[in-house]
Amino acid sequence: MRLSGFNDAAKQKVFSLQEYFVLSAKSIGFIFRRPFYTQDVVQQMDAIGVQSLTIILLTGFFTGMVLALQTSVQLATFGATMYVGRLVTATMIRELGPVLAGLMVAGRVGSGIAAQLGSMRVTEQIDALNTLGTDPIKKLVTPRVLAALIMVPVLTIIADVAGIFGGNVIASTYLGLPPSLYWRTVWEQIASGGFTLRYIPVDFVHGLVKPFVFGAIIVTVACYLGLNTKGGTEGVGVSTTRTVVVSSIMILIIDYFITQILLAVL
Amino acid sequence: MSEKPSEPDPSIVPEILPDEEPVTGKVVRPPDENLGDDRRKLERGPAQKPHPEATPVVQVENVSLAFDEPILEDVSFQANEGETVVVVGESGTGKSTILKLLLRLLVPDKGAVLVDGQDIVDLSFNEALKVRQKMGMVFQSAALFDSLTVFENVAYPLREHTELNEEEIEARVREKLEFVDLEPDKVMSQMPAELSGGMRKRVGIARGMANNPEIMLYDEPTSGLDPLTTATITHLIMKLQKELSVTSIVVSHDIRSSFRMGTKIALLADRRIAYFGTPEDMRKQDDEYIGRFLGGY
Ligand SMILES: Nc1ncnc2c1ncn2[C@@H]1O[C@H](COP(=O)(O)OP(=O)(O)OP(=O)(O)O)[C@@H](O)[C@H]1O
Ligand SMILES: [Mg+2]
Repeated sequence: MRLSGFNDAAKQKVFSLQEYFVLSAKSIGFIFRRPFYTQDVVQQMDAIGVQSLTIILLTGFFTGMVLALQTSVQLATFGATMYVGRLVTATMIRELGPVLAGLMVAGRVGSGIAAQLGSMRVTEQIDALNTLGTDPIKKLVTPRVLAALIMVPVLTIIADVAGIFGGNVIASTYLGLPPSLYWRTVWEQIASGGFTLRYIPVDFVHGLVKPFVFGAIIVTVACYLGLNTKGGTEGVGVSTTRTVVVSSIMILIIDYFITQILLAVL
Repeated sequence: MSEKPSEPDPSIVPEILPDEEPVTGKVVRPPDENLGDDRRKLERGPAQKPHPEATPVVQVENVSLAFDEPILEDVSFQANEGETVVVVGESGTGKSTILKLLLRLLVPDKGAVLVDGQDIVDLSFNEALKVRQKMGMVFQSAALFDSLTVFENVAYPLREHTELNEEEIEARVREKLEFVDLEPDKVMSQMPAELSGGMRKRVGIARGMANNPEIMLYDEPTSGLDPLTTATITHLIMKLQKELSVTSIVVSHDIRSSFRMGTKIALLADRRIAYFGTPEDMRKQDDEYIGRFLGGY
Protein backbone atom coordinates (compact mmCIF):
# COMPACT_ATOMS: atom_id res chain seq x y z
CA MET A 1 0.00 0.00 0.00
CA ARG A 2 2.32 2.71 -1.18
CA LEU A 3 -0.27 5.40 -1.15
CA SER A 4 -1.32 4.96 2.46
CA GLY A 5 2.34 4.66 3.40
CA PHE A 6 2.94 8.01 1.78
CA ASN A 7 -0.10 9.40 3.53
CA ASP A 8 1.16 8.24 6.91
CA ALA A 9 4.57 9.72 6.25
CA ALA A 10 2.96 13.03 5.32
CA LYS A 11 0.81 12.97 8.43
CA GLN A 12 3.89 12.23 10.50
CA LYS A 13 5.65 15.25 8.97
CA VAL A 14 2.75 17.55 9.70
CA PHE A 15 2.55 16.19 13.22
CA SER A 16 6.27 16.78 13.81
CA LEU A 17 5.98 20.29 12.50
CA GLN A 18 3.09 20.95 14.83
CA GLU A 19 5.06 19.52 17.75
CA TYR A 20 7.98 21.74 16.83
CA PHE A 21 5.82 24.85 16.94
CA VAL A 22 4.24 23.82 20.23
CA LEU A 23 7.69 23.36 21.73
CA SER A 24 8.88 26.72 20.42
CA ALA A 25 5.79 28.54 21.64
CA LYS A 26 5.99 26.92 25.06
CA SER A 27 9.67 27.65 25.48
CA ILE A 28 9.12 31.31 24.68
CA GLY A 29 6.05 31.51 26.90
CA PHE A 30 8.04 30.13 29.83
CA ILE A 31 10.49 33.04 29.61
CA PHE A 32 7.99 35.11 31.54
CA ARG A 33 6.85 32.51 34.07
CA ARG A 34 8.29 31.28 37.35
CA PRO A 35 10.48 29.57 38.33
CA PHE A 36 13.23 31.35 36.46
CA TYR A 37 16.28 29.19 36.01
CA THR A 38 18.57 32.22 35.99
CA GLN A 39 21.69 30.21 36.65
CA ASP A 40 21.00 28.02 33.64
CA VAL A 41 20.50 31.10 31.48
CA VAL A 42 23.84 32.56 32.56
CA GLN A 43 25.53 29.24 31.94
CA GLN A 44 24.01 28.99 28.47
CA MET A 45 24.97 32.58 27.64
CA ASP A 46 28.51 31.54 28.40
CA ALA A 47 28.24 28.35 26.34
CA ILE A 48 26.55 30.00 23.38
CA GLY A 49 28.14 33.42 23.46
CA VAL A 50 31.47 33.60 25.21
CA GLN A 51 32.73 30.27 23.96
CA SER A 52 31.88 31.15 20.36
CA LEU A 53 33.88 34.38 20.46
CA THR A 54 37.04 33.09 18.83
CA ILE A 55 35.39 31.49 15.82
CA ILE A 56 33.12 34.50 15.38
CA LEU A 57 36.05 36.92 15.46
CA LEU A 58 37.99 34.83 12.96
CA THR A 59 34.97 34.40 10.70
CA GLY A 60 34.18 38.12 10.72
CA PHE A 61 37.74 39.31 10.31
CA PHE A 62 38.63 37.09 7.35
CA THR A 63 35.31 37.65 5.66
CA GLY A 64 35.88 41.41 5.90
CA MET A 65 39.36 41.06 4.44
CA VAL A 66 38.28 38.90 1.54
CA LEU A 67 35.36 41.22 0.83
CA ALA A 68 37.70 44.21 0.63
CA LEU A 69 40.02 42.27 -1.61
CA GLN A 70 37.35 41.07 -4.01
CA THR A 71 35.38 44.30 -4.25
CA SER A 72 38.51 46.39 -4.75
CA VAL A 73 39.14 44.50 -7.97
CA GLN A 74 35.66 45.32 -9.21
CA LEU A 75 35.73 48.88 -7.94
CA ALA A 76 39.08 49.51 -9.58
CA THR A 77 37.51 49.06 -13.01
CA PHE A 78 35.30 52.07 -12.21
CA GLY A 79 38.11 53.93 -10.50
CA ALA A 80 36.11 53.78 -7.31
CA THR A 81 38.49 51.90 -5.03
CA MET A 82 37.95 54.49 -2.30
CA TYR A 83 34.43 53.18 -1.77
CA VAL A 84 35.61 49.81 -0.56
CA GLY A 85 34.60 50.74 3.02
CA ARG A 86 31.01 51.28 1.95
CA LEU A 87 30.73 47.91 0.30
CA VAL A 88 32.35 46.01 3.12
CA THR A 89 30.13 47.74 5.67
CA ALA A 90 26.87 47.21 3.83
CA THR A 91 27.58 43.57 3.06
CA MET A 92 28.84 42.71 6.52
CA ILE A 93 26.06 44.40 8.47
CA ARG A 94 23.18 43.45 6.22
CA GLU A 95 24.07 39.97 5.06
CA LEU A 96 27.31 38.26 5.79
CA GLY A 97 27.57 39.15 9.48
CA PRO A 98 24.17 37.70 10.43
CA VAL A 99 24.28 34.73 8.07
CA LEU A 100 27.85 33.66 8.75
CA ALA A 101 27.47 34.13 12.51
CA GLY A 102 24.23 32.15 12.30
CA LEU A 103 25.87 29.33 10.39
CA MET A 104 28.82 29.21 12.75
CA VAL A 105 26.53 29.14 15.77
CA ALA A 106 24.41 26.43 14.13
CA GLY A 107 27.51 24.34 13.65
CA ARG A 108 29.07 24.93 17.02
CA VAL A 109 26.16 25.53 19.40
CA GLY A 110 23.25 23.82 17.65
CA SER A 111 25.12 20.55 17.33
CA GLY A 112 26.23 20.77 20.96
CA ILE A 113 22.71 21.33 22.22
CA ALA A 114 21.29 18.50 20.13
CA ALA A 115 24.00 16.12 21.33
CA GLN A 116 23.52 17.10 24.94
CA LEU A 117 19.74 16.87 24.99
CA GLY A 118 19.87 13.76 22.82
CA SER A 119 22.10 11.92 25.22
CA MET A 120 19.96 13.12 28.12
CA ARG A 121 17.01 11.58 26.30
CA VAL A 122 18.62 8.21 25.64
CA THR A 123 20.03 7.92 29.17
CA GLU A 124 16.56 8.59 30.63
CA GLN A 125 17.61 11.93 32.14
CA ILE A 126 14.70 13.64 30.41
CA ASP A 127 12.34 11.10 31.95
CA ALA A 128 14.06 11.74 35.27
CA LEU A 129 13.40 15.47 34.96
CA ASN A 130 9.74 14.81 34.26
CA THR A 131 9.59 12.38 37.16
CA LEU A 132 11.13 14.90 39.52
CA GLY A 133 8.35 17.27 38.59
CA THR A 134 10.29 19.58 36.28
CA ASP A 135 9.09 20.51 32.82
CA PRO A 136 12.08 19.75 30.58
CA ILE A 137 11.06 22.51 28.19
CA LYS A 138 11.19 25.04 30.94
CA LYS A 139 14.39 23.73 32.46
CA LEU A 140 16.34 22.95 29.29
CA VAL A 141 14.83 24.73 26.29
CA THR A 142 13.81 28.10 27.69
CA PRO A 143 17.23 29.03 29.13
CA ARG A 144 18.86 28.12 25.83
CA VAL A 145 16.34 30.09 23.78
CA LEU A 146 16.72 33.12 26.01
CA ALA A 147 20.51 32.90 25.92
CA ALA A 148 20.46 32.62 22.12
CA LEU A 149 18.08 35.55 21.70
CA ILE A 150 20.57 37.68 23.58
CA MET A 151 23.88 36.24 22.45
CA VAL A 152 23.43 35.59 18.73
CA PRO A 153 22.77 39.32 18.02
CA VAL A 154 25.76 40.20 20.18
CA LEU A 155 27.94 37.73 18.30
CA THR A 156 26.69 39.15 15.03
CA ILE A 157 27.65 42.68 16.03
CA ILE A 158 31.08 41.39 16.97
CA ALA A 159 31.39 39.64 13.59
CA ASP A 160 30.33 42.86 11.82
CA VAL A 161 32.88 44.96 13.67
CA ALA A 162 35.62 42.38 13.11
CA GLY A 163 34.74 42.30 9.41
CA ILE A 164 34.87 46.07 9.03
CA PHE A 165 38.23 46.11 10.79
CA GLY A 166 39.40 43.34 8.47
CA GLY A 167 38.36 45.51 5.52
CA ASN A 168 40.36 48.37 6.95
CA VAL A 169 43.47 46.19 7.20
CA ILE A 170 43.25 45.36 3.50
CA ALA A 171 42.31 48.93 2.54
CA SER A 172 45.28 50.48 4.30
CA THR A 173 47.92 47.85 3.51
CA TYR A 174 46.98 46.45 0.13
CA LEU A 175 45.00 49.27 -1.43
CA GLY A 176 46.90 52.09 0.22
CA LEU A 177 43.80 53.98 1.37
CA PRO A 178 44.29 56.12 4.48
CA PRO A 179 42.27 54.80 7.44
CA SER A 180 40.53 58.15 7.88
CA LEU A 181 39.07 57.83 4.39
CA TYR A 182 38.06 54.21 5.00
CA TRP A 183 36.22 55.05 8.21
CA ARG A 184 34.53 58.04 6.59
CA THR A 185 33.11 55.81 3.87
CA VAL A 186 31.99 53.33 6.53
CA TRP A 187 29.99 56.05 8.22
CA GLU A 188 28.69 57.37 4.90
CA GLN A 189 27.30 53.94 4.15
CA ILE A 190 25.52 53.68 7.50
CA ALA A 191 24.08 57.19 7.11
CA SER A 192 23.12 56.84 3.47
CA GLY A 193 21.03 53.75 4.11
CA GLY A 194 18.53 56.03 5.82
CA PHE A 195 17.07 55.94 9.32
CA THR A 196 13.97 54.46 10.85
CA LEU A 197 12.42 56.11 13.89
CA ARG A 198 14.77 58.97 13.08
CA TYR A 199 17.90 57.59 14.77
CA ILE A 200 18.17 53.92 13.93
CA PRO A 201 20.08 53.27 10.70
CA VAL A 202 18.18 50.92 8.40
CA ASP A 203 21.32 48.83 8.02
CA PHE A 204 21.23 48.12 11.74
CA VAL A 205 17.61 47.02 11.60
CA HIS A 206 18.47 44.50 8.89
CA GLY A 207 21.51 43.41 10.79
CA LEU A 208 19.77 42.86 14.10
CA VAL A 209 16.38 41.41 13.15
CA LYS A 210 18.13 38.55 11.40
CA PRO A 211 20.37 37.21 14.16
CA PHE A 212 17.46 37.46 16.58
CA VAL A 213 15.39 35.17 14.38
CA PHE A 214 18.35 32.92 13.52
CA GLY A 215 19.18 32.44 17.20
CA ALA A 216 15.64 31.33 17.92
CA ILE A 217 15.63 28.94 14.96
CA ILE A 218 18.96 27.31 15.76
CA VAL A 219 18.12 26.63 19.39
CA THR A 220 14.53 25.49 18.92
CA VAL A 221 15.50 23.13 16.09
CA ALA A 222 18.39 21.75 18.15
CA CYS A 223 16.21 21.28 21.23
CA TYR A 224 13.37 19.71 19.29
CA LEU A 225 15.56 17.22 17.47
CA GLY A 226 17.62 16.54 20.59
CA LEU A 227 14.61 15.88 22.81
CA ASN A 228 13.07 13.61 20.19
CA THR A 229 16.19 11.49 19.76
CA LYS A 230 15.40 7.82 19.25
CA GLY A 231 17.56 4.76 19.01
CA GLY A 232 20.28 5.04 21.59
CA THR A 233 23.72 6.52 21.12
CA GLU A 234 23.51 6.19 17.37
CA GLY A 235 20.39 8.33 17.42
CA VAL A 236 22.32 11.11 19.11
CA GLY A 237 24.62 11.32 16.11
CA VAL A 238 21.65 11.44 13.75
CA SER A 239 19.99 14.25 15.70
CA THR A 240 23.20 16.22 15.79
CA THR A 241 23.75 16.04 12.07
CA ARG A 242 20.13 16.81 11.29
CA THR A 243 20.23 19.84 13.55
CA VAL A 244 23.16 21.37 11.69
CA VAL A 245 21.66 20.63 8.28
CA VAL A 246 18.12 21.75 9.08
CA SER A 247 19.06 24.92 10.94
CA SER A 248 21.65 25.97 8.33
CA ILE A 249 19.18 25.59 5.50
CA MET A 250 16.47 27.35 7.49
CA ILE A 251 18.86 30.25 8.11
CA LEU A 252 19.53 30.66 4.40
CA ILE A 253 15.87 30.39 3.39
CA ILE A 254 14.54 32.65 6.12
CA ASP A 255 17.31 35.16 5.45
CA TYR A 256 15.89 35.64 2.00
CA PHE A 257 12.36 36.23 3.24
CA ILE A 258 13.38 38.58 6.02
CA THR A 259 15.40 40.62 3.53
CA GLN A 260 12.49 40.82 1.16
CA ILE A 261 10.08 41.87 3.88
CA LEU A 262 12.43 44.46 5.35
CA LEU A 263 13.19 45.93 1.93
CA ALA A 264 9.46 46.30 1.31
CA VAL A 265 8.65 47.73 4.73
CA LEU A 266 11.55 50.07 5.52
CA MET B 1 24.91 -21.46 42.10
CA SER B 2 27.68 -21.17 44.62
CA GLU B 3 25.50 -20.99 47.68
CA LYS B 4 22.02 -22.05 48.28
CA PRO B 5 19.39 -19.40 48.22
CA SER B 6 19.58 -17.60 51.53
CA GLU B 7 16.50 -17.73 53.63
CA PRO B 8 14.77 -14.39 53.88
CA ASP B 9 16.07 -12.57 56.92
CA PRO B 10 13.18 -12.88 59.37
CA SER B 11 13.92 -9.48 60.90
CA ILE B 12 13.46 -7.83 57.54
CA VAL B 13 10.64 -9.63 55.85
CA PRO B 14 7.57 -7.63 56.68
CA GLU B 15 4.92 -9.25 58.76
CA ILE B 16 2.18 -8.43 56.34
CA LEU B 17 3.30 -11.21 54.09
CA PRO B 18 0.85 -14.08 54.57
CA ASP B 19 -2.90 -14.04 54.78
CA GLU B 20 -3.33 -10.74 53.05
CA GLU B 21 -6.79 -10.04 51.88
CA PRO B 22 -7.55 -11.16 48.33
CA VAL B 23 -5.49 -9.09 45.99
CA THR B 24 -8.10 -8.62 43.37
CA GLY B 25 -10.66 -7.18 45.78
CA LYS B 26 -10.90 -3.50 45.12
CA VAL B 27 -11.09 -1.36 48.16
CA VAL B 28 -13.03 1.78 47.55
CA ARG B 29 -11.55 4.69 49.36
CA PRO B 30 -14.00 6.91 51.19
CA PRO B 31 -14.09 10.12 49.22
CA ASP B 32 -13.45 12.43 52.15
CA GLU B 33 -10.37 10.69 53.43
CA ASN B 34 -7.45 13.03 53.83
CA LEU B 35 -4.61 11.89 51.66
CA GLY B 36 -2.16 14.53 52.78
CA ASP B 37 1.18 14.19 54.45
CA ASP B 38 -0.29 13.54 57.88
CA ARG B 39 -1.50 10.11 56.97
CA ARG B 40 1.92 9.14 55.74
CA LYS B 41 3.66 10.38 58.85
CA LEU B 42 1.24 8.63 61.10
CA GLU B 43 1.82 5.28 59.56
CA ARG B 44 5.53 5.48 59.22
CA GLY B 45 7.98 4.32 61.81
CA PRO B 46 8.58 0.81 63.07
CA ALA B 47 6.86 -1.88 61.08
CA GLN B 48 3.35 -2.19 62.33
CA LYS B 49 0.81 -4.89 62.38
CA PRO B 50 -0.92 -5.43 59.06
CA HIS B 51 -3.27 -2.60 58.36
CA PRO B 52 -6.75 -3.63 59.30
CA GLU B 53 -7.90 -2.61 55.88
CA ALA B 54 -5.35 -2.46 53.11
CA THR B 55 -5.56 0.74 51.09
CA PRO B 56 -4.62 0.45 47.45
CA VAL B 57 -2.06 3.10 46.61
CA VAL B 58 -1.30 2.12 43.06
CA GLN B 59 -3.87 0.45 40.84
CA VAL B 60 -3.42 -0.62 37.25
CA GLU B 61 -6.74 -1.65 35.75
CA ASN B 62 -7.16 -3.46 32.44
CA VAL B 63 -4.44 -1.45 30.80
CA SER B 64 -3.59 -1.98 27.15
CA LEU B 65 -0.84 -0.22 25.27
CA ALA B 66 0.60 -0.58 21.81
CA PHE B 67 3.55 1.17 20.20
CA ASP B 68 4.19 -0.25 16.78
CA GLU B 69 2.75 -3.51 18.00
CA PRO B 70 0.81 -4.38 21.17
CA ILE B 71 3.02 -4.37 24.27
CA LEU B 72 0.51 -4.72 27.10
CA GLU B 73 -2.95 -6.22 26.98
CA ASP B 74 -5.48 -6.11 29.77
CA VAL B 75 -2.88 -5.74 32.50
CA SER B 76 -4.17 -5.34 36.04
CA PHE B 77 -2.51 -5.38 39.43
CA GLN B 78 -2.41 -3.23 42.50
CA ALA B 79 -0.12 -2.31 45.34
CA ASN B 80 -1.54 -1.63 48.75
CA GLU B 81 -0.03 0.72 51.23
CA GLY B 82 3.35 -0.48 52.47
CA GLU B 83 3.53 -3.34 50.02
CA THR B 84 6.36 -4.18 47.66
CA VAL B 85 5.10 -5.49 44.34
CA VAL B 86 7.81 -6.96 42.17
CA VAL B 87 7.12 -7.04 38.44
CA VAL B 88 9.10 -9.82 36.79
CA GLY B 89 9.23 -11.01 33.23
CA GLU B 90 11.51 -11.59 30.31
CA SER B 91 13.43 -8.80 28.69
CA GLY B 92 11.32 -6.65 26.39
CA THR B 93 7.97 -7.68 27.82
CA GLY B 94 7.11 -4.15 28.89
CA LYS B 95 8.20 -3.93 32.51
CA SER B 96 9.80 -0.52 32.19
CA THR B 97 6.77 0.54 30.19
CA ILE B 98 4.54 -0.23 33.19
CA LEU B 99 6.61 2.09 35.38
CA LYS B 100 6.37 4.81 32.76
CA LEU B 101 2.60 4.39 32.79
CA LEU B 102 2.57 4.82 36.56
CA LEU B 103 4.59 8.02 36.21
CA ARG B 104 2.35 9.12 33.38
CA LEU B 105 5.32 9.46 31.10
CA LEU B 106 3.13 7.30 28.87
CA VAL B 107 -0.63 7.12 28.59
CA PRO B 108 -2.40 3.77 28.09
CA ASP B 109 -4.58 3.18 25.04
CA LYS B 110 -7.19 1.56 27.25
CA GLY B 111 -7.72 1.11 30.96
CA ALA B 112 -7.01 3.17 34.04
CA VAL B 113 -4.02 3.93 36.23
CA LEU B 114 -4.87 5.12 39.72
CA VAL B 115 -2.51 6.65 42.24
CA ASP B 116 -3.98 7.21 45.69
CA GLY B 117 -7.37 6.60 44.15
CA GLN B 118 -6.91 9.33 41.55
CA ASP B 119 -7.07 8.38 37.89
CA ILE B 120 -3.94 9.87 36.35
CA VAL B 121 -4.66 9.06 32.72
CA ASP B 122 -6.53 12.25 31.90
CA LEU B 123 -4.48 14.66 33.92
CA SER B 124 -3.04 17.77 32.34
CA PHE B 125 0.71 18.11 32.10
CA ASN B 126 0.92 20.28 35.21
CA GLU B 127 -1.36 18.06 37.27
CA ALA B 128 0.79 15.11 36.27
CA LEU B 129 3.87 16.94 37.53
CA LYS B 130 2.13 17.20 40.91
CA VAL B 131 1.21 13.53 41.08
CA ARG B 132 4.78 12.61 40.22
CA GLN B 133 5.96 14.39 43.34
CA LYS B 134 4.39 11.60 45.38
CA MET B 135 6.64 9.13 43.63
CA GLY B 136 10.34 8.46 43.65
CA MET B 137 11.76 6.69 40.64
CA VAL B 138 15.02 4.81 40.32
CA PHE B 139 15.83 4.38 36.65
CA GLN B 140 17.33 1.34 34.99
CA SER B 141 20.39 3.40 34.03
CA ALA B 142 20.21 5.54 37.22
CA ALA B 143 19.68 8.58 34.95
CA LEU B 144 21.70 10.90 37.16
CA PHE B 145 22.06 14.38 35.72
CA ASP B 146 25.60 14.21 34.46
CA SER B 147 26.18 17.94 34.51
CA LEU B 148 25.48 18.08 38.25
CA THR B 149 27.46 16.79 41.23
CA VAL B 150 26.15 13.95 43.37
CA PHE B 151 25.10 16.51 45.96
CA GLU B 152 23.15 18.57 43.44
CA ASN B 153 21.56 15.44 42.03
CA VAL B 154 20.18 14.35 45.38
CA ALA B 155 19.28 17.93 46.28
CA TYR B 156 17.44 18.43 42.98
CA PRO B 157 13.94 17.35 44.08
CA LEU B 158 14.36 19.35 47.29
CA ARG B 159 15.27 22.52 45.45
CA GLU B 160 12.41 22.00 43.01
CA HIS B 161 9.63 21.25 45.45
CA THR B 162 10.46 22.32 48.97
CA GLU B 163 11.24 25.55 50.70
CA LEU B 164 14.11 24.02 52.66
CA ASN B 165 17.07 26.31 53.20
CA GLU B 166 20.61 25.41 52.24
CA GLU B 167 21.47 23.86 55.63
CA GLU B 168 18.36 21.73 55.72
CA ILE B 169 19.01 20.57 52.20
CA GLU B 170 22.55 19.56 53.05
CA ALA B 171 21.36 17.70 56.15
CA ARG B 172 18.75 15.86 54.10
CA VAL B 173 21.20 14.96 51.35
CA ARG B 174 23.66 13.58 53.92
CA GLU B 175 20.90 11.60 55.58
CA LYS B 176 19.83 10.02 52.29
CA LEU B 177 23.36 9.24 51.17
CA GLU B 178 24.05 7.58 54.51
CA PHE B 179 20.83 5.61 54.15
CA VAL B 180 22.15 4.11 50.93
CA ASP B 181 25.52 3.35 52.54
CA LEU B 182 27.54 6.00 50.80
CA GLU B 183 29.96 8.28 52.60
CA PRO B 184 28.56 11.77 52.08
CA ASP B 185 31.89 13.54 52.48
CA LYS B 186 33.49 11.35 49.89
CA VAL B 187 30.87 11.30 47.14
CA MET B 188 28.99 14.58 47.48
CA SER B 189 31.31 16.64 45.35
CA GLN B 190 31.93 13.93 42.75
CA MET B 191 30.37 13.90 39.31
CA PRO B 192 28.20 10.91 38.29
CA ALA B 193 30.75 9.88 35.65
CA GLU B 194 33.30 9.31 38.40
CA LEU B 195 31.18 6.73 40.19
CA SER B 196 30.93 2.99 39.75
CA GLY B 197 27.70 1.47 38.45
CA GLY B 198 26.59 0.29 41.88
CA MET B 199 27.31 3.67 43.46
CA ARG B 200 25.38 5.39 40.70
CA LYS B 201 22.37 3.18 41.38
CA ARG B 202 22.57 4.01 45.07
CA VAL B 203 22.80 7.73 44.37
CA GLY B 204 19.76 7.20 42.14
CA ILE B 205 17.92 5.65 45.06
CA ALA B 206 18.98 8.51 47.33
CA ARG B 207 17.67 11.03 44.80
CA GLY B 208 14.44 9.09 44.36
CA MET B 209 13.76 9.12 48.09
CA ALA B 210 15.05 12.62 48.85
CA ASN B 211 11.58 14.10 48.89
CA ASN B 212 10.24 11.33 51.15
CA PRO B 213 7.81 10.07 48.52
CA GLU B 214 5.05 7.71 49.54
CA ILE B 215 5.64 5.50 46.51
CA MET B 216 8.98 4.27 45.24
CA LEU B 217 9.44 2.80 41.77
CA TYR B 218 12.59 0.90 40.91
CA ASP B 219 13.55 -0.21 37.40
CA GLU B 220 15.97 -3.11 37.65
CA PRO B 221 17.76 -1.78 40.69
CA THR B 222 20.13 -4.74 40.78
CA SER B 223 20.74 -5.63 37.16
CA GLY B 224 24.36 -5.84 36.12
CA LEU B 225 25.64 -5.77 39.68
CA ASP B 226 27.68 -8.30 41.60
CA PRO B 227 25.90 -10.52 44.15
CA LEU B 228 27.12 -8.51 47.14
CA THR B 229 26.00 -5.15 45.77
CA THR B 230 22.76 -6.81 44.70
CA ALA B 231 22.23 -7.95 48.27
CA THR B 232 23.01 -4.46 49.58
CA ILE B 233 20.49 -2.84 47.27
CA THR B 234 17.84 -5.47 47.94
CA HIS B 235 18.39 -4.86 51.62
CA LEU B 236 18.04 -1.11 51.08
CA ILE B 237 14.70 -1.47 49.35
CA MET B 238 13.44 -3.63 52.17
CA LYS B 239 14.76 -1.19 54.75
CA LEU B 240 12.92 1.62 53.04
CA GLN B 241 9.71 -0.34 53.09
CA LYS B 242 10.12 -1.49 56.68
CA GLU B 243 11.32 1.74 58.25
CA LEU B 244 9.25 4.20 56.28
CA SER B 245 6.43 1.90 55.13
CA VAL B 246 6.85 3.14 51.60
CA THR B 247 4.82 1.44 48.90
CA SER B 248 7.18 0.08 46.27
CA ILE B 249 6.94 -1.26 42.76
CA VAL B 250 10.12 -3.02 41.73
CA VAL B 251 10.89 -4.21 38.23
CA SER B 252 13.37 -7.00 38.27
CA HIS B 253 14.50 -10.11 36.53
CA ASP B 254 16.53 -11.33 39.44
CA ILE B 255 14.13 -13.90 40.80
CA ARG B 256 15.98 -14.51 44.05
CA SER B 257 15.99 -10.91 45.24
CA SER B 258 12.41 -10.54 44.00
CA PHE B 259 11.32 -13.28 46.33
CA ARG B 260 13.23 -11.72 49.19
CA MET B 261 11.75 -8.28 48.92
CA GLY B 262 8.39 -8.81 47.27
CA THR B 263 5.18 -9.07 49.21
CA LYS B 264 3.51 -9.69 45.85
CA ILE B 265 4.90 -10.82 42.54
CA ALA B 266 3.43 -9.87 39.18
CA LEU B 267 4.70 -12.01 36.35
CA LEU B 268 4.41 -10.42 32.94
CA ALA B 269 4.42 -12.83 30.02
CA ASP B 270 3.12 -12.55 26.52
CA ARG B 271 1.70 -9.04 27.07
CA ARG B 272 -0.40 -10.17 30.02
CA ILE B 273 -0.09 -10.68 33.74
CA ALA B 274 0.44 -14.44 33.96
CA TYR B 275 0.52 -14.46 37.73
CA PHE B 276 -0.17 -11.97 40.49
CA GLY B 277 0.03 -12.95 44.13
CA THR B 278 2.36 -13.73 46.96
CA PRO B 279 5.74 -15.38 46.33
CA GLU B 280 4.72 -18.37 48.45
CA ASP B 281 1.67 -19.07 46.31
CA MET B 282 3.72 -18.56 43.18
CA ARG B 283 6.02 -21.36 44.15
CA LYS B 284 3.03 -23.64 44.60
CA GLN B 285 1.65 -22.84 41.17
CA ASP B 286 1.39 -25.75 38.87
CA ASP B 287 2.05 -23.83 35.68
CA GLU B 288 4.75 -24.85 33.28
CA TYR B 289 5.85 -21.33 32.31
CA ILE B 290 6.01 -20.20 35.92
CA GLY B 291 7.97 -23.30 36.77
CA ARG B 292 10.44 -22.57 34.02
CA PHE B 293 10.65 -18.92 34.97
CA LEU B 294 11.41 -19.74 38.58
CA GLY B 295 13.99 -22.22 37.34
CA GLY B 296 13.70 -24.40 40.42
CA TYR B 297 14.13 -21.52 42.80
N1 LIG C 1 9.02 4.70 23.05
C1 LIG C 1 8.88 3.50 22.47
N2 LIG C 1 8.54 3.41 21.17
C2 LIG C 1 8.37 2.21 20.56
N3 LIG C 1 8.55 1.04 21.17
C3 LIG C 1 8.90 1.04 22.47
C4 LIG C 1 9.09 2.27 23.19
N4 LIG C 1 9.43 1.97 24.46
C5 LIG C 1 9.45 0.64 24.54
N5 LIG C 1 9.13 0.06 23.35
C6 LIG C 1 9.03 -1.37 23.09
O1 LIG C 1 8.23 -1.91 24.10
C7 LIG C 1 8.72 -3.17 24.50
C8 LIG C 1 8.87 -3.20 26.00
O2 LIG C 1 9.88 -2.32 26.39
P1 LIG C 1 10.32 -2.19 27.90
O3 LIG C 1 11.46 -1.24 27.97
O4 LIG C 1 9.14 -1.87 28.74
O5 LIG C 1 10.82 -3.66 28.23
P2 LIG C 1 11.38 -4.25 29.57
O6 LIG C 1 10.46 -5.33 30.00
O7 LIG C 1 11.65 -3.16 30.53
O8 LIG C 1 12.74 -4.91 29.09
P3 LIG C 1 14.15 -4.98 29.84
O9 LIG C 1 14.02 -6.04 30.87
O10 LIG C 1 15.09 -5.38 28.74
O11 LIG C 1 14.43 -3.63 30.40
C9 LIG C 1 10.01 -3.39 23.74
O12 LIG C 1 9.76 -4.30 22.72
C10 LIG C 1 10.37 -2.05 23.18
O13 LIG C 1 10.94 -2.21 21.92
MG1 LIG D 1 13.35 -2.21 31.25
